[in-house]
Amino acid sequence: MSISKKIVDDLVANDVSFITTVPCKQLAGVIEEVEEREEIFHIPANKEDEGMGLCAGAWMGGKRPAIIMQNTAIGVTINTLATLTQFYRMPLPMLISYRGELREPVACQVEMAVHTKALLNQLNIPTYHFHKEADADELDAILKYTFMCNKPVAILTDASFWGGYGDQ
Amino acid sequence: MIRSEILREIAPILRDQLVVCNIGLPSQELHMIDDQPTNFYMLGTMGLSSSIGLGLALSQDKTVISIDGDGSVLTNLGTLPTIANNVADNYILLIIDNGSYGSTGDQPTYAGMKTSLTAVAKACGCENVVECQDVDTGKVLQAALDSKKMTIIVSKCDSGNIKLPVITKDPVVIRDRFMTAVAS
Ligand SMILES: Cc1ncc(C[n+]2csc(CCOP(=O)(O)OP(=O)(O)O)c2C)c(N)n1
Ligand SMILES: [Mg+2]
Repeated sequence: MSISKKIVDDLVANDVSFITTVPCKQLAGVIEEVEEREEIFHIPANKEDEGMGLCAGAWMGGKRPAIIMQNTAIGVTINTLATLTQFYRMPLPMLISYRGELREPVACQVEMAVHTKALLNQLNIPTYHFHKEADADELDAILKYTFMCNKPVAILTDASFWGGYGDQ
Repeated sequence: MIRSEILREIAPILRDQLVVCNIGLPSQELHMIDDQPTNFYMLGTMGLSSSIGLGLALSQDKTVISIDGDGSVLTNLGTLPTIANNVADNYILLIIDNGSYGSTGDQPTYAGMKTSLTAVAKACGCENVVECQDVDTGKVLQAALDSKKMTIIVSKCDSGNIKLPVITKDPVVIRDRFMTAVAS
């Protein structure tokens, strides 16, 4: 089974039915899988903070949301995470491509990679790092944990997890 | 009319609907004029009233009115294409366009200069976009509700504020009360 399919299976099994995305090359497969599933309403956002607003509304409307985005978006969403998701105590699983780690071909990506965990830590956001494919075995538990505690939770997925960047 | 006068006039229409209200003075005014469990007051996060309202409308059947400001829509302009392409006929976006950042002291916005949010919304693909004058807001809002079509209303009004207290309710209480009203 492809890793993208496995991830989306876990989301569906945990009743996640409203997913917003802003693409990253690494996330193309999982976004495609989200788009294909009938159980999921996929709503692409133009900016990740906008996406988090959509997720807040969806959750208050009775749906379990999730956001799929690149780690650079942590820089875009700090205010929203603090003043909306955390302040009103709302759950939000964040599946994040962790660009700028080992095997990264684009130097600029490293500039936000070096801040990613520090920012998440500063925000007291529970953070999990998927480095090997088997790490995704914890996704089911992470999703249950997120909707148990009503917090934003970060799942960082690096290039090794996704099997590199393909031919370059 | 200024924003608080519009809110006072449309309060009887709002009280029967789910309302997501913009940060700052709009929320404080609505809270003072007619506090309802069906009101979600934003205490921060400028720009996301329209997004929260759209997410809510897409996730359940009750009608949702997002009350937004021109400055806040300008800061989250990406919301308009998302609204246009994800039609929810139980969703109304009411932009109170006073041409200023009212809550921070009436600094002018570009919406009060060359930029028309009505034209922007139309260009983004929104189908029912109505621009009206402040005095007609109630009439236009009621018509939008009756039409059962997703509608964007741009209500042009004067800038100006009244003195009133901040909201001291706990955000989790606001949110929980609102969710109970949504689910009821
Ligand atoms: C990111 C961010 N920048 C600035 C502010 C300060 N701020 C709060 S409300 C507001 C004005 C909003 O203007 P508008 O949406 O037109 O609403 P109005 O008060 O005019 O009704 C501003 C600038 C903020 N809260 N957050
Ligand atoms: Mg304004």
